[in-house]
Amino acid sequence: MRAPKSSGAGRQLHGGRWTYAVLVVFTAVSLFPLLWTAIAASRNNTRLAQTPPPFWFGGNLFRNLEIAWTDANMGAALLNTVVVAGSVSVGTVLFSTLAGFAFAKLRFRFKNLLMLLVVGTMMVPPQLGVVPLYMLIAELQWTDRLQAVILPTLVGAFGVFFMRQYLLQALPTELIEAARVDGASSLRVVWHIVFPAARPAMAVLAMLTFVQAWNDFFWPIIALTQNGSPTVQVALTGLGRGYIPDQSVIMAGALLGTLPLLLAFVVFGRQIVGGIMQGAVKG
Amino acid sequence: MASEYRATAPSRTEESAAPSKGAAEARARERLSRRSRREMRFSPYAFVAPFFVFFAAFGLFPLLYTGWASLHRVELTAPTEMEWVGLRNFARLLDDDFFWNALHNTVTIGLLSTVPQLLMALGIAHLLHYRLRGSMFFRVAALTPYATSVAAATLVFVLLFGRDHGMINWALGLAGWDGVDWQNGSFASKVAVSTIVVWRWTGYNALIYLAAMQSVPAELYESAALDGASRRRQFLHVTLPCLRPTILFTCVVSTIGAMQLFGEPLLFNGSAGASGGSDHQFQTLGLYLYEQGWVNLHLGRASAIAWTMFLILLLIGAVNWLLARRLRKSEGASA
Repeated sequence: MRAPKSSGAGRQLHGGRWTYAVLVVFTAVSLFPLLWTAIAASRNNTRLAQTPPPFWFGGNLFRNLEIAWTDANMGAALLNTVVVAGSVSVGTVLFSTLAGFAFAKLRFRFKNLLMLLVVGTMMVPPQLGVVPLYMLIAELQWTDRLQAVILPTLVGAFGVFFMRQYLLQALPTELIEAARVDGASSLRVVWHIVFPAARPAMAVLAMLTFVQAWNDFFWPIIALTQNGSPTVQVALTGLGRGYIPDQSVIMAGALLGTLPLLLAFVVFGRQIVGGIMQGAVKG
Repeated sequence: MASEYRATAPSRTEESAAPSKGAAEARARERLSRRSRREMRFSPYAFVAPFFVFFAAFGLFPLLYTGWASLHRVELTAPTEMEWVGLRNFARLLDDDFFWNALHNTVTIGLLSTVPQLLMALGIAHLLHYRLRGSMFFRVAALTPYATSVAAATLVFVLLFGRDHGMINWALGLAGWDGVDWQNGSFASKVAVSTIVVWRWTGYNALIYLAAMQSVPAELYESAALDGASRRRQFLHVTLPCLRPTILFTCVVSTIGAMQLFGEPLLFNGSAGASGGSDHQFQTLGLYLYEQGWVNLHLGRASAIAWTMFLILLLIGAVNWLLARRLRKSEGASA
């Protein structure tokens, strides 16, 4: 647009007025539905069935939250989801780091073939295996048990790939060899060298996995039920399907189910953004 | 394969250092190194084993078994009783209007959501690439829809898209337009479902593009600027070509996502179940799979749908790959 002599590299250019204007609109559109969830959750059903829709908070927030918490099972659902997302994150990070380390730094038979298998499955949607998975957990009588949603998602190809890419460059091979010469066992190498070196990537992977596990939808609504041990998403689906026909309570449920992640975003937003951008360059 | 079989290579250097020491020490060392050699040879397998055990049990086996189940009559009420029917489940699909409807809807919604989403993400990434005050705020804000679950997002949008009292129709009314029946309109409902997808994923893709833009070498812009290229031309001739691998990557990921779209159309239907609207107007393949399997209890047919989806994805992948190769070739020829 302006004279080419303005300091060259695209990154160094300052954003103009229009840049800010567009970004502010984009941010508003991104945040508005969430804000409006809270507004609707603070009203009542009658008010939501009037035109124009409410634009500011009413006085019913705590009443609606309470109904959602107890009657719609959101309290139990939140607890279940913390258990599920927590276990899945720990498992994914642990197993992905071990496998990623092996793929990045160790030599073994069929390594390339196995890595190809890992990358290949990143492209296969999990929906495609859902029927046998259901048969499996029905056979094991795991329906409506939390392990039915924890175990199938405990490992992921993305995690292995992510950790491998990170360790390839973050972990000096000489360090491992030096420890080897000193007679360190593989477990000691992992504990004292690999884990410390991998820590930043492990934290990022843990956060990304947690978000994903928290929001996982398709499989939990097959494996769990509203009245058994629902995750947040299962409970919300129950709400959406008319479990409680009060829109303001439904919105209160949606708010309860989203708030924990939003709070995490306020605290860890910078790291999560960094993690997604890091994963993108590698991927 | 032979070149891969070298797990013991590092320990060989240990051995070569040994002979200079005393004999007993050497023997002890030998024993130690034999043990550590064995341990070193097998430990890589131990490290990848947990992943592959879970992966085989809950990833690979179900995928392959879906193919097997699709050749059988299996009902949800008795999932262990399988009756061989050959390709009948697939033949039935080809004759099934609901299947073609679902495929058509999936493609339409896929285009309506993927194309605007990626284009907007490119634009937003370009803006975020400028030096900005509060850039971290903009980035985190762009990512909050990604933190919102499908369920929570869809429930809100159902209200916003409400026919009688929804905010979107109210705004349209202010602009002097008639309200739209977002739920029952054939095209309108697809637009509405796509909007939810676009809302959730635009910011995420923008950050991915931004990451790619930041890794474009600054010299490229400098030399373009020296050649007198405007910012717009810099974007078209420097940024976009450098972003091509990333764009391809996001296209693939979004296509896979669009193919399995499920939660949005399920919940956009409110209490009416998995039919995807009164006239199945926004029933996607994922939703149809669920309806066949868990509403109509036909697990065999659901498996056939799953495998058909898989084949369609493979087909798209192959076309994509061919196009990318062709593009690269023609580019190489012109350069």
